Amino acid sequence: MVRATTVDNVTVIVTESLSKRYPRVTALDRLSVDITPGVTGLVGANGAGKSTLIKILLGLSPATEGRAAVLGLDVATEGAAIRSLVGYMPEHDCLPPDVSATEFVVHMARMSGLPPAAARERTADTLRHVGLYEERYRAMGGYSTGMKQRVKLAQALVHDPKLVLLDEPTNGLDPAGRDEMLGLIRRVHSDFGISVLVTSHLLGELERISDHVVVIDGGKLLRSSSTSDFTQATASLAVEVTDTDRHPHGTDALRVALTALGVSVQGEGPGSGGANIGHILLVEMDGEATYDLIRDAVAELGLGLVRMEQRRHRIAEVFSTDDATDDATDDDSDVLETAGATGSRPKKGGSRDAA
Amino acid sequence: MQPDTVPAPVPAPASPEAQRSADVIHNIGYRHYDGPRLGRGYARVSLFSQSLRGAYGLGRSAKSKVLPMLLFAAMCAPALIIVAVAIGTKMTKLPMQYMQYTIFLQMVIALFVAAQAPQSVSRDLRFKTTPLYFSRPIERIDYVAAKFAAMTAALFILTAVPLVILYVGGLLAKFGFASQTAGFGKGIVAALLLSLLLAGIGMVIAAITPRRGFGVAAIIAVIAISYGAVSAVQGVAYSQGNFDAEGWFGLFSPISLLDGAQSWWLGATVSNPGNYGPPNAFAGIVYLLVLLAVIAGCFGLLMRRYRKVGLS
Repeated sequence: MVRATTVDNVTVIVTESLSKRYPRVTALDRLSVDITPGVTGLVGANGAGKSTLIKILLGLSPATEGRAAVLGLDVATEGAAIRSLVGYMPEHDCLPPDVSATEFVVHMARMSGLPPAAARERTADTLRHVGLYEERYRAMGGYSTGMKQRVKLAQALVHDPKLVLLDEPTNGLDPAGRDEMLGLIRRVHSDFGISVLVTSHLLGELERISDHVVVIDGGKLLRSSSTSDFTQATASLAVEVTDTDRHPHGTDALRVALTALGVSVQGEGPGSGGANIGHILLVEMDGEATYDLIRDAVAELGLGLVRMEQRRHRIAEVFSTDDATDDATDDDSDVLETAGATGSRPKKGGSRDAA
Repeated sequence: MQPDTVPAPVPAPASPEAQRSADVIHNIGYRHYDGPRLGRGYARVSLFSQSLRGAYGLGRSAKSKVLPMLLFAAMCAPALIIVAVAIGTKMTKLPMQYMQYTIFLQMVIALFVAAQAPQSVSRDLRFKTTPLYFSRPIERIDYVAAKFAAMTAALFILTAVPLVILYVGGLLAKFGFASQTAGFGKGIVAALLLSLLLAGIGMVIAAITPRRGFGVAAIIAVIAISYGAVSAVQGVAYSQGNFDAEGWFGLFSPISLLDGAQSWWLGATVSNPGNYGPPNAFAGIVYLLVLLAVIAGCFGLLMRRYRKVGLS
């Protein structure tokens, strides 16, 4: 049974054993999640099933099996009602270049059923809230990527939905634009009181703004937990030490020493590349004490400590702790690497400021 | 514009109370919408009027108004000239039937369809705006019906306004109220059929390709070139004295199909060598049925086309 609401009457999205199979691919595989109000990050590689899930949630694509409810409405039978209460921001470009943002958003507001006067008023309000001022009277063809993303967000918010589904809203933005967009998304919930489901292939950026993170891969649920659990569980320390005469394999010596102290230690995972393979230990964080433990162990062995830095697990490791028997995700999980480096990985485009 | 974008200009010696109340007024933050949410019917009408305006470039850049307005002028100018001549030279009736007028100016109509049908449909596909429509409460049929109706209305305005000019001219020249009204009425019915037919054909072709150029070329080919080919074959049949065959060949291009249907149903004079339309009542019914089937078929094909579009 799909629970329309939990006991606390707060559930926004519920799916139960939701599957979508196409003749040749399985886009969603028995996905069961329960999403509560707030900002929820949906993380997965390209092709993980994020967009398929959004289509099903909007009632536009029937699930092969399983059920889902959005705001207490069944996606299979009440699609139109759901779509009047939900806003959707697509991943791709969707703005005609020869109309102004105002005209476009007014039109979209009317498509959502707002009477003409209300559509104009809400459009002015919403464009201002997303940070578009005088530019809104200009044709959108001349907008920068950041401005286009704001208009796309505005058209999803203009009819004052209860929930917005944002598909890769940071795509194509430079680091500064990314931060602004993430801040805006956070405000959609904190200031506007609208729940958000936001997708990304980068866990790192969603961790910063989400109350809850759902990770899917290959259509399967990898993990669904609140952000604090998530980062705690996934944080680890990368430790690199020098070799000495006494310990020709300093790394191994440290591994033995730490294991003896009851700390969980792994070598650097395969696929990390570089000359350091076998020289880096990943030590699971167990609070602040772990730093002291490592420092003391290194000092006791007389090794040189080259580096000790916080690092997050790859999604594959998150996955293997949950279900070690399934190897379906190992190949493409590198895409999901979530170190701090993700923040400074600009995608195509960037902020071409319109003249 | 909401006043809260402007920081409250506080008069220098304002009391604290006045200052605070000004802040309250100006800093309203996000407001929820509690007003009515009108349904699919309203959205359909909004999309219809937006698309109809768009077909004449209204609400879009000045550049996109040029072509439709020029074509509209080209449609009306001959009617004005005819009326002026008819009144000035003491004719006893208009030099052509109302129904023939649209056939004579078919090239202008074809150009209008070729330019504006892709404008209406391909744009949404090309710029991927369709997902935004389908993520709203409207259904596929609302979108298709609104777009189809808007294109039909745009074409109907294009074809009916010159007829109105002719009618007013005919009345001013006192050519006889009854005959003019009957001819005008038939002309309006034929104009509506033509608008439905060409809108359907133009939209189906335009919906296949997001590339506007292909759409324009393909629509010109289907409407104008097929008419040329049919006329050529009819010319051959006429010169060989095969008038029945000439009458039947009209089925194979949109304009000659309408021409044949209106000649049998409404008594128009067919615009081909020797004026041979459908040779008998059976042929006339076939013409009319084919015409209606093509219109319905185009609507069906459009519905099918958008089944796949969805959100992708």
